Amino acid sequence: MNKILELSNLKKYYATQKAVDDISFSIEKGSIFGLLGPNGAGKTTLLRMITGIFYPDSGDIRFDGKTFDPENDIIKIGYMPEERGLYKKMKIGEQALYLAQLKGLSKSEAMTKIKFWFKRLEMETWWNKKVEDLSKGMSQKLQFVTTVLHEPKLIILDEPFSGLDPVNANLIKDEIYGLAQRGSTIIFSTHRMEQVEEICDHIVLVNLGKKILDGTVANIKQQFKENKFAIQLGEVPASLTAPSFEITDQKAHRLTVKIRDGYRSNDVLQHLLQQNLTIEAFHEVLPSLNEIFINLVEGTRATSRAFQPVNP
Amino acid sequence: MNKTLLIIQREYLTRVKNKRFVLTTILMPLLIVVLIAGTTFLSIKGKDERKIAVIDQNGFFKGNIKSTKALAFEFPEGVDTSNYLQKGYSDIILIPKFDSTGKMNYLIRSKKRISITTESAISERINAAIEDNMLQTAGIDKAQLDSIHQQSQYAELKAVEENGEGVKESSAGLSYGIGFGSGMLIYITMFIYGAMVMRGVMEEKTNRIAEVMVSSVKPFQLMAGKIIGIGAVGLTQFLMWIILIIGLTTAAQAFIPHDVMEQVKTLQQANGQMPGGGMTQAGDAAQQIYKMQHTFSTANWPVIILCFIFYFLGGYLFYAALFAAVGSVVNEDPQDAQSLMLPITMPIIFSFIIMTNAVQDPSTPMAVWASIIPFSSPMVMMARIAYGIPGTVPYWQLGLSMLSLIGGFLLTTWLSAKIYRTGILMYGKKVSWKEMFKWAFRKN
Repeated sequence: MNKILELSNLKKYYATQKAVDDISFSIEKGSIFGLLGPNGAGKTTLLRMITGIFYPDSGDIRFDGKTFDPENDIIKIGYMPEERGLYKKMKIGEQALYLAQLKGLSKSEAMTKIKFWFKRLEMETWWNKKVEDLSKGMSQKLQFVTTVLHEPKLIILDEPFSGLDPVNANLIKDEIYGLAQRGSTIIFSTHRMEQVEEICDHIVLVNLGKKILDGTVANIKQQFKENKFAIQLGEVPASLTAPSFEITDQKAHRLTVKIRDGYRSNDVLQHLLQQNLTIEAFHEVLPSLNEIFINLVEGTRATSRAFQPVNP
Repeated sequence: MNKTLLIIQREYLTRVKNKRFVLTTILMPLLIVVLIAGTTFLSIKGKDERKIAVIDQNGFFKGNIKSTKALAFEFPEGVDTSNYLQKGYSDIILIPKFDSTGKMNYLIRSKKRISITTESAISERINAAIEDNMLQTAGIDKAQLDSIHQQSQYAELKAVEENGEGVKESSAGLSYGIGFGSGMLIYITMFIYGAMVMRGVMEEKTNRIAEVMVSSVKPFQLMAGKIIGIGAVGLTQFLMWIILIIGLTTAAQAFIPHDVMEQVKTLQQANGQMPGGGMTQAGDAAQQIYKMQHTFSTANWPVIILCFIFYFLGGYLFYAALFAAVGSVVNEDPQDAQSLMLPITMPIIFSFIIMTNAVQDPSTPMAVWASIIPFSSPMVMMARIAYGIPGTVPYWQLGLSMLSLIGGFLLTTWLSAKIYRTGILMYGKKVSWKEMFKWAFRKN
């Protein structure tokens, strides 16, 4: 079994909305998985079910090949929720120790691991400081450490980079890669598509409580490509028309063309060569996840969903 | 280690290590001692001394009215309402001739208004003198009257209650004191520690710790850990207060002169009588100390303390769960907390009012029922227990009250846990009591 998590037909209905409506997908061990969706799509509810905070109304969760048992499996999961915080009056060190012990580590074990991580992320001098003295970015770092400290098999990070400066964001990003390499699986939930594109292997997009997209980043891009190519020419003739393509955009020597149905990119190249034009660059333009996301979500009244009554 | 235990430990330690806790724990008994000492001192020293000129048409009061330093009656010549202030008197009393109907109005004039206690003291003494006068006109001579007065001063009421095989001495004053004191203490602590639980839950919610926490522990563990941890803080505080008060009174005893203490000891051995057939009198101070110690010993302290701890914990658990539920639904706005708290604080205040009545009359049906219903039983039962078990509070009432309190707090905890579970993860929405009820009573 190479799946860390398998969800099948998960449902969770609230009085006023279907938060999660029949969602199924699975996550490979050791992968970095992106869970995407607009605000109020049901991501948080989904994550809360995966972390055992909520019970699904129906459906089945399998964790590491066995039926999910929140009681015992919870220590194998590290969850950094979007709404997160720490005890303000508590010292950093004590706080980390407390949270680690609640995850089932013994005191001495917890101490060793805290020291390791504090050293790694240059936080050693923070031990006796209070959380209220930390900046937002600093407490974010602490939050990350407390999430991964107990070496969970599954790490769930909801908007992990919010409030981090680029330097610290990179630091955390590297740690995420490192954790994945060492065998942890990471679920990464965010609105920032460029981060998803950069980090994730596999994504699922949910909207209105339903899964609308599931696949690897590369596959999805292939799936949604519009046969667009970017061309850079040495000189652009006054008029350039051919049955094989149409120009959708032009900026100085750069053209974006859409290949008409029934033609291939080679037809375009052949036409350009016949015209004896200097081709400086020619490459396919794949849609960004951002474009795909907006295309799929726009117009689905996703944002106003929270105020819609459920029609049974 | 068990997770709930870890939570209890954190809740307990962060509060006990807090400077404010240490300060209030030490200062509170000191404050009480200072307050008691201060009022005693003021009542002895601070009484205004009045020198009163009596203009008596009958010529009777001179020699027959009791005159003390605080309230001195004098019968000067040539003093009237126009010049008594110049002559150094604070007040002047004008007493007309006794008339045959026995009714008489007399007048007191003062510059400084007289207090209610002084007023009653004056009229008491005048009336006593008039009574003496009537007795004398009825034929009892003065020597006889004086000796009667002398003897009646030694009469003292001793109340005893039926107690199984025999009788047991009791003191209504002490019962009142204990009942009111312990009821009051439970009332105050219910508010202090209940509010502490609520604030703790609100902190977890508004700082967004709740979701981080419930990804490692069950919401119920989080709530129970908080309630138990804060309850332990309360118990610690009581324990420290008891130790401090005992320590302070022991220290205070060291200031009592040695010979007085010796006398107290002999009084204790002789059960209140001075050896030697009353010929040797113990000093006033020794008598007072003995009386105080003796009165204190009439109460059944072990039972009272055990019951107090039970009712403190039971009442605390009963209400703390409700406070936690309210804390869990409150958002950033503390005003919400105020309005949501009202249905919880109302029964507490109401119980307090019943308690103040029950402590005066512990056997009314109202007091009996209020001491059994868990909403009010912690306070009201403590007020009644002070009057004695099983005399005033039969065993069946005590048992029923304790059982219903245990059942009560299990019920409130169960209901609150359901509200709490939903509430702590709910952000930005104002929750009404109606919704809370819906959460509390829905299945699973």
